[in-house]
Amino acid sequence: MSAQAPAEAAVAAVLAFADDELVLGWRDSQWTGVAPFLEEDVAFSSIAQGEIGHARALYELAADVLGGDADALAFDREASEYRCAPFVELPLAGDWAATVARHWLYETADSIRVAALMESDWPELAGLAAKMDREEAYHRMHAEMWAEKLGGDERFAAAVDGLWPYALGVLEPGRRGRLAELAGREEVDAVERGAHEDGFVALHEEMTMVRRSIPGAAW
Amino acid sequence: MIWEVFRQEREGQPFQHGGSLEAPNRDFAEAYAAEFYGRRAESVALWVVPREAILQIDEPYVADVFDRDYRRVDGYSLKVKLKEARERAGTG
Repeated sequence: MSAQAPAEAAVAAVLAFADDELVLGWRDSQWTGVAPFLEEDVAFSSIAQGEIGHARALYELAADVLGGDADALAFDREASEYRCAPFVELPLAGDWAATVARHWLYETADSIRVAALMESDWPELAGLAAKMDREEAYHRMHAEMWAEKLGGDERFAAAVDGLWPYALGVLEPGRRGRLAELAGREEVDAVERGAHEDGFVALHEEMTMVRRSIPGAAW
Repeated sequence: MIWEVFRQEREGQPFQHGGSLEAPNRDFAEAYAAEFYGRRAESVALWVVPREAILQIDEPYVADVFDRDYRRVDGYSLKVKLKEARERAGTG
Protein backbone atom coordinates (compact mmCIF):
# COMPACT_ATOMS: atom_id res chain seq x y z
CA MET A 1 0.00 0.00 0.00
CA SER A 2 1.15 3.52 -0.66
CA ALA A 3 1.60 5.91 2.24
CA GLN A 4 -1.38 7.91 1.07
CA ALA A 5 -4.62 6.17 0.06
CA PRO A 6 -5.24 6.42 -3.69
CA ALA A 7 -7.94 8.84 -4.79
CA GLU A 8 -11.45 7.46 -5.22
CA ALA A 9 -11.39 8.35 -8.91
CA ALA A 10 -8.19 6.36 -9.40
CA VAL A 11 -9.74 3.28 -7.78
CA ALA A 12 -12.87 3.67 -9.92
CA ALA A 13 -10.69 3.90 -13.04
CA VAL A 14 -8.85 0.72 -12.04
CA LEU A 15 -12.14 -1.08 -11.53
CA ALA A 16 -13.45 0.11 -14.91
CA PHE A 17 -10.22 -1.03 -16.54
CA ALA A 18 -10.49 -4.43 -14.82
CA ASP A 19 -14.09 -4.78 -16.03
CA ASP A 20 -12.99 -3.96 -19.60
CA GLU A 21 -10.29 -6.63 -19.51
CA LEU A 22 -12.53 -9.26 -17.91
CA VAL A 23 -15.43 -8.77 -20.30
CA LEU A 24 -13.26 -8.49 -23.40
CA GLY A 25 -11.30 -11.57 -22.33
CA TRP A 26 -14.60 -13.38 -21.89
CA ARG A 27 -15.92 -12.30 -25.28
CA ASP A 28 -12.65 -13.19 -27.03
CA SER A 29 -12.60 -16.60 -25.35
CA GLN A 30 -15.86 -17.37 -27.15
CA TRP A 31 -13.68 -18.00 -30.22
CA THR A 32 -11.89 -20.89 -28.53
CA GLY A 33 -12.42 -23.97 -30.66
CA VAL A 34 -14.06 -22.09 -33.53
CA ALA A 35 -11.44 -19.54 -34.65
CA PRO A 36 -10.69 -19.39 -38.40
CA PHE A 37 -7.78 -21.85 -38.14
CA LEU A 38 -5.95 -23.85 -35.50
CA GLU A 39 -2.93 -21.59 -35.05
CA GLU A 40 -5.15 -18.55 -34.58
CA ASP A 41 -7.39 -20.46 -32.21
CA VAL A 42 -4.44 -21.04 -29.89
CA ALA A 43 -3.06 -17.51 -30.28
CA PHE A 44 -6.38 -15.75 -29.73
CA SER A 45 -7.34 -17.95 -26.80
CA SER A 46 -4.01 -17.10 -25.26
CA ILE A 47 -4.69 -13.39 -25.71
CA ALA A 48 -8.11 -13.83 -24.10
CA GLN A 49 -6.45 -15.49 -21.12
CA GLY A 50 -3.94 -12.66 -21.03
CA GLU A 51 -6.73 -10.10 -20.71
CA ILE A 52 -8.36 -12.04 -17.89
CA GLY A 53 -4.98 -12.25 -16.14
CA HIS A 54 -4.72 -8.47 -16.36
CA ALA A 55 -8.25 -8.17 -15.01
CA ARG A 56 -7.29 -10.28 -12.00
CA ALA A 57 -4.23 -8.16 -11.24
CA LEU A 58 -6.29 -4.96 -11.50
CA TYR A 59 -9.09 -6.37 -9.30
CA GLU A 60 -6.48 -7.38 -6.71
CA LEU A 61 -5.14 -3.84 -6.69
CA ALA A 62 -8.66 -2.42 -6.31
CA ALA A 63 -9.42 -4.96 -3.57
CA ASP A 64 -6.41 -3.68 -1.58
CA VAL A 65 -8.31 -0.42 -1.21
CA LEU A 66 -11.95 -1.51 -1.35
CA GLY A 67 -11.61 -4.75 0.63
CA GLY A 68 -12.71 -8.21 -0.48
CA ASP A 69 -10.75 -10.02 -3.12
CA ALA A 70 -10.41 -10.22 -6.89
CA ASP A 71 -13.04 -12.95 -7.30
CA ALA A 72 -15.59 -11.00 -5.28
CA LEU A 73 -15.05 -7.89 -7.40
CA ALA A 74 -15.11 -9.87 -10.61
CA PHE A 75 -18.14 -12.03 -9.94
CA ASP A 76 -20.18 -10.91 -6.94
CA ARG A 77 -21.35 -7.54 -8.21
CA GLU A 78 -24.69 -6.94 -9.89
CA ALA A 79 -24.62 -6.50 -13.67
CA SER A 80 -25.57 -2.83 -13.22
CA GLU A 81 -22.47 -2.22 -11.08
CA TYR A 82 -19.98 -3.09 -13.81
CA ARG A 83 -18.21 -0.11 -15.32
CA CYS A 84 -16.93 -1.66 -18.54
CA ALA A 85 -17.24 0.20 -21.82
CA PRO A 86 -20.12 -1.03 -24.03
CA PHE A 87 -17.39 -1.59 -26.64
CA VAL A 88 -16.12 -4.74 -24.92
CA GLU A 89 -19.63 -6.10 -24.31
CA LEU A 90 -20.61 -6.39 -27.97
CA PRO A 91 -21.04 -10.07 -28.90
CA LEU A 92 -18.85 -10.44 -31.98
CA ALA A 93 -18.02 -14.15 -31.89
CA GLY A 94 -18.82 -15.52 -35.33
CA ASP A 95 -17.73 -12.35 -37.13
CA TRP A 96 -13.96 -12.50 -37.42
CA ALA A 97 -13.60 -9.20 -39.33
CA ALA A 98 -15.45 -7.35 -36.56
CA THR A 99 -13.51 -9.22 -33.87
CA VAL A 100 -10.21 -8.19 -35.42
CA ALA A 101 -11.49 -4.63 -35.79
CA ARG A 102 -12.36 -4.51 -32.07
CA HIS A 103 -9.09 -6.19 -31.11
CA TRP A 104 -7.08 -3.65 -33.08
CA LEU A 105 -9.04 -0.62 -31.83
CA TYR A 106 -8.97 -1.88 -28.24
CA GLU A 107 -5.25 -2.58 -28.22
CA THR A 108 -4.58 0.84 -29.73
CA ALA A 109 -6.75 2.53 -27.08
CA ASP A 110 -5.18 0.36 -24.39
CA SER A 111 -1.67 1.41 -25.35
CA ILE A 112 -2.71 5.03 -24.58
CA ARG A 113 -4.38 4.08 -21.30
CA VAL A 114 -1.49 1.89 -20.12
CA ALA A 115 1.11 4.53 -21.01
CA ALA A 116 -0.85 7.08 -18.93
CA LEU A 117 -1.17 4.69 -15.96
CA MET A 118 2.58 4.01 -16.00
CA GLU A 119 2.88 7.67 -14.91
CA SER A 120 0.35 7.26 -12.11
CA ASP A 121 1.27 8.60 -8.66
CA TRP A 122 -0.17 5.39 -7.20
CA PRO A 123 3.10 3.42 -7.28
CA GLU A 124 1.50 -0.05 -7.30
CA LEU A 125 -0.66 0.94 -10.26
CA ALA A 126 2.27 2.44 -12.16
CA GLY A 127 4.23 -0.78 -11.56
CA LEU A 128 1.35 -2.99 -12.65
CA ALA A 129 0.81 -0.91 -15.80
CA ALA A 130 4.50 -1.32 -16.72
CA LYS A 131 4.19 -5.08 -16.23
CA MET A 132 1.04 -5.24 -18.33
CA ASP A 133 2.65 -3.20 -21.06
CA ARG A 134 5.24 -5.92 -21.66
CA GLU A 135 2.49 -8.45 -22.41
CA GLU A 136 0.34 -5.95 -24.28
CA ALA A 137 3.23 -5.47 -26.69
CA TYR A 138 2.55 -8.99 -27.93
CA HIS A 139 -1.21 -8.30 -28.13
CA ARG A 140 -0.51 -5.15 -30.15
CA MET A 141 1.80 -6.98 -32.53
CA HIS A 142 -0.90 -9.59 -33.07
CA ALA A 143 -3.61 -6.96 -33.58
CA GLU A 144 -1.51 -4.94 -35.99
CA MET A 145 -0.54 -7.88 -38.16
CA TRP A 146 -4.21 -8.82 -38.48
CA ALA A 147 -5.31 -5.23 -39.16
CA GLU A 148 -2.70 -5.06 -41.88
CA LYS A 149 -3.79 -8.40 -43.33
CA LEU A 150 -7.45 -7.34 -43.45
CA GLY A 151 -6.59 -3.74 -44.39
CA GLY A 152 -8.18 -3.88 -47.84
CA ASP A 153 -11.16 -5.97 -46.78
CA GLU A 154 -14.58 -4.31 -47.03
CA ARG A 155 -16.09 -6.16 -44.11
CA PHE A 156 -13.17 -5.13 -41.91
CA ALA A 157 -13.47 -1.48 -42.98
CA ALA A 158 -17.23 -1.51 -42.29
CA ALA A 159 -16.63 -3.09 -38.88
CA VAL A 160 -14.07 -0.42 -37.95
CA ASP A 161 -16.56 2.29 -39.00
CA GLY A 162 -19.31 0.77 -36.88
CA LEU A 163 -17.13 0.22 -33.83
CA TRP A 164 -15.36 3.57 -33.86
CA PRO A 165 -17.80 5.50 -31.55
CA TYR A 166 -17.63 2.55 -29.14
CA ALA A 167 -13.83 2.41 -29.19
CA LEU A 168 -13.58 6.10 -28.21
CA GLY A 169 -15.64 5.31 -25.10
CA VAL A 170 -12.83 3.18 -23.69
CA LEU A 171 -10.75 6.29 -22.99
CA GLU A 172 -11.28 9.40 -20.89
CA PRO A 173 -12.32 12.32 -23.13
CA GLY A 174 -8.90 14.00 -22.93
CA ARG A 175 -7.16 10.98 -24.41
CA ARG A 176 -9.50 10.35 -27.33
CA GLY A 177 -7.70 12.75 -29.67
CA ARG A 178 -4.63 10.58 -29.47
CA LEU A 179 -6.66 7.48 -30.38
CA ALA A 180 -8.15 9.32 -33.38
CA GLU A 181 -4.62 10.22 -34.44
CA LEU A 182 -3.33 6.64 -34.11
CA ALA A 183 -6.37 5.16 -35.87
CA GLY A 184 -6.26 7.82 -38.59
CA ARG A 185 -9.88 8.87 -38.01
CA GLU A 186 -11.94 11.85 -36.89
CA GLU A 187 -13.13 12.07 -33.29
CA VAL A 188 -16.92 11.60 -33.03
CA ASP A 189 -19.41 11.31 -30.15
CA ALA A 190 -18.43 8.29 -28.09
CA VAL A 191 -20.58 5.48 -26.72
CA GLU A 192 -19.88 6.14 -23.05
CA ARG A 193 -19.52 3.88 -20.03
CA GLY A 194 -22.46 3.67 -17.69
CA ALA A 195 -25.17 2.09 -19.79
CA HIS A 196 -24.81 -1.52 -20.87
CA GLU A 197 -25.53 -3.29 -24.13
CA ASP A 198 -28.63 -5.47 -24.27
CA GLY A 199 -26.66 -8.71 -24.14
CA PHE A 200 -24.71 -7.78 -21.04
CA VAL A 201 -27.13 -9.21 -18.49
CA ALA A 202 -27.01 -12.60 -20.21
CA LEU A 203 -23.22 -12.41 -20.36
CA HIS A 204 -23.09 -11.52 -16.65
CA GLU A 205 -25.32 -14.52 -15.86
CA GLU A 206 -22.95 -16.77 -17.74
CA MET A 207 -19.79 -15.29 -16.20
CA THR A 208 -21.03 -15.59 -12.65
CA MET A 209 -22.85 -18.92 -13.00
CA VAL A 210 -20.19 -21.18 -11.48
CA ARG A 211 -19.38 -18.75 -8.69
CA ARG A 212 -23.09 -18.47 -7.79
CA SER A 213 -23.58 -22.25 -7.87
CA ILE A 214 -21.71 -22.69 -4.56
CA PRO A 215 -21.39 -19.31 -2.84
CA GLY A 216 -18.17 -18.87 -0.93
CA ALA A 217 -16.52 -22.03 -2.29
CA ALA A 218 -12.76 -22.04 -2.84
CA TRP A 219 -11.72 -23.37 -6.24
CA MET B 1 1.80 -21.74 -46.22
CA ILE B 2 3.56 -24.25 -44.00
CA TRP B 3 6.51 -23.25 -41.81
CA GLU B 4 8.88 -25.61 -40.03
CA VAL B 5 9.98 -24.54 -36.58
CA PHE B 6 13.31 -25.48 -35.03
CA ARG B 7 13.95 -24.66 -31.42
CA GLN B 8 17.03 -24.22 -29.32
CA GLU B 9 16.42 -25.22 -25.75
CA ARG B 10 19.57 -23.72 -24.26
CA GLU B 11 22.26 -21.47 -25.59
CA GLY B 12 24.98 -23.37 -27.41
CA GLN B 13 22.77 -26.39 -28.09
CA PRO B 14 21.83 -27.41 -31.61
CA PHE B 15 18.44 -26.37 -33.01
CA GLN B 16 16.05 -29.30 -33.18
CA HIS B 17 12.84 -29.69 -35.10
CA GLY B 18 9.88 -28.70 -32.93
CA GLY B 19 7.00 -29.01 -35.36
CA SER B 20 5.26 -27.15 -38.13
CA LEU B 21 2.57 -24.51 -38.36
CA GLU B 22 0.44 -22.78 -40.96
CA ALA B 23 0.69 -19.02 -41.38
CA PRO B 24 0.01 -16.68 -44.32
CA ASN B 25 3.23 -14.65 -43.99
CA ARG B 26 6.39 -14.07 -41.93
CA ASP B 27 4.69 -11.85 -39.33
CA PHE B 28 2.04 -14.45 -38.61
CA ALA B 29 4.65 -17.23 -38.62
CA GLU B 30 6.68 -15.28 -36.06
CA ALA B 31 3.69 -14.65 -33.82
CA TYR B 32 2.49 -18.25 -33.92
CA ALA B 33 5.97 -19.72 -33.48
CA ALA B 34 6.51 -17.53 -30.41
CA GLU B 35 3.09 -18.56 -29.10
CA PHE B 36 3.62 -22.28 -29.63
CA TYR B 37 7.29 -22.68 -28.77
CA GLY B 38 8.21 -19.67 -26.66
CA ARG B 39 5.37 -18.77 -24.33
CA ARG B 40 6.56 -21.04 -21.54
CA ALA B 41 10.21 -20.05 -22.01
CA GLU B 42 10.91 -23.53 -23.38
CA SER B 43 13.19 -22.17 -26.12
CA VAL B 44 15.93 -19.53 -26.13
CA ALA B 45 15.77 -19.13 -29.92
CA LEU B 46 13.75 -20.37 -32.88
CA TRP B 47 14.40 -20.90 -36.57
CA VAL B 48 11.20 -20.51 -38.58
CA VAL B 49 11.62 -21.72 -42.14
CA PRO B 50 9.17 -21.94 -45.05
CA ARG B 51 8.83 -25.62 -45.82
CA GLU B 52 9.64 -25.07 -49.50
CA ALA B 53 12.99 -23.55 -48.54
CA ILE B 54 14.07 -26.90 -47.17
CA LEU B 55 15.95 -29.19 -49.51
CA GLN B 56 14.88 -32.71 -48.70
CA ILE B 57 16.99 -35.60 -50.01
CA ASP B 58 15.49 -39.05 -49.88
CA GLU B 59 17.77 -42.12 -49.67
CA PRO B 60 20.89 -39.97 -49.49
CA TYR B 61 23.37 -42.84 -49.92
CA VAL B 62 26.57 -42.34 -51.83
CA ALA B 63 26.96 -45.32 -54.18
CA ASP B 64 29.02 -47.96 -52.41
CA VAL B 65 29.65 -50.71 -54.99
CA PHE B 66 33.16 -51.97 -54.17
CA ASP B 67 34.05 -53.86 -51.04
CA ARG B 68 35.51 -51.28 -48.70
CA ASP B 69 34.73 -52.85 -45.36
CA TYR B 70 37.90 -51.35 -43.98
CA ARG B 71 36.21 -47.94 -44.06
CA ARG B 72 33.68 -49.12 -41.57
CA VAL B 73 34.39 -49.08 -37.88
CA ASP B 74 31.61 -51.33 -36.64
CA GLY B 75 32.86 -54.54 -35.04
CA TYR B 76 36.19 -52.97 -34.21
CA SER B 77 36.68 -53.34 -30.49
CA LEU B 78 38.52 -50.40 -29.09
CA LYS B 79 38.13 -51.52 -25.52
CA VAL B 80 40.78 -54.27 -25.54
CA LYS B 81 43.28 -52.27 -27.59
CA LEU B 82 42.81 -49.24 -25.35
CA LYS B 83 43.42 -51.37 -22.24
CA GLU B 84 46.65 -52.75 -23.71
CA ALA B 85 47.82 -49.30 -24.75
CA ARG B 86 47.18 -47.95 -21.26
CA GLU B 87 49.14 -50.80 -19.72
CA ARG B 88 52.08 -50.10 -22.02
CA ALA B 89 51.95 -46.47 -21.10
CA GLY B 90 51.68 -47.28 -17.39
CA THR B 91 48.39 -45.42 -16.99
CA GLY B 92 46.12 -48.51 -16.93
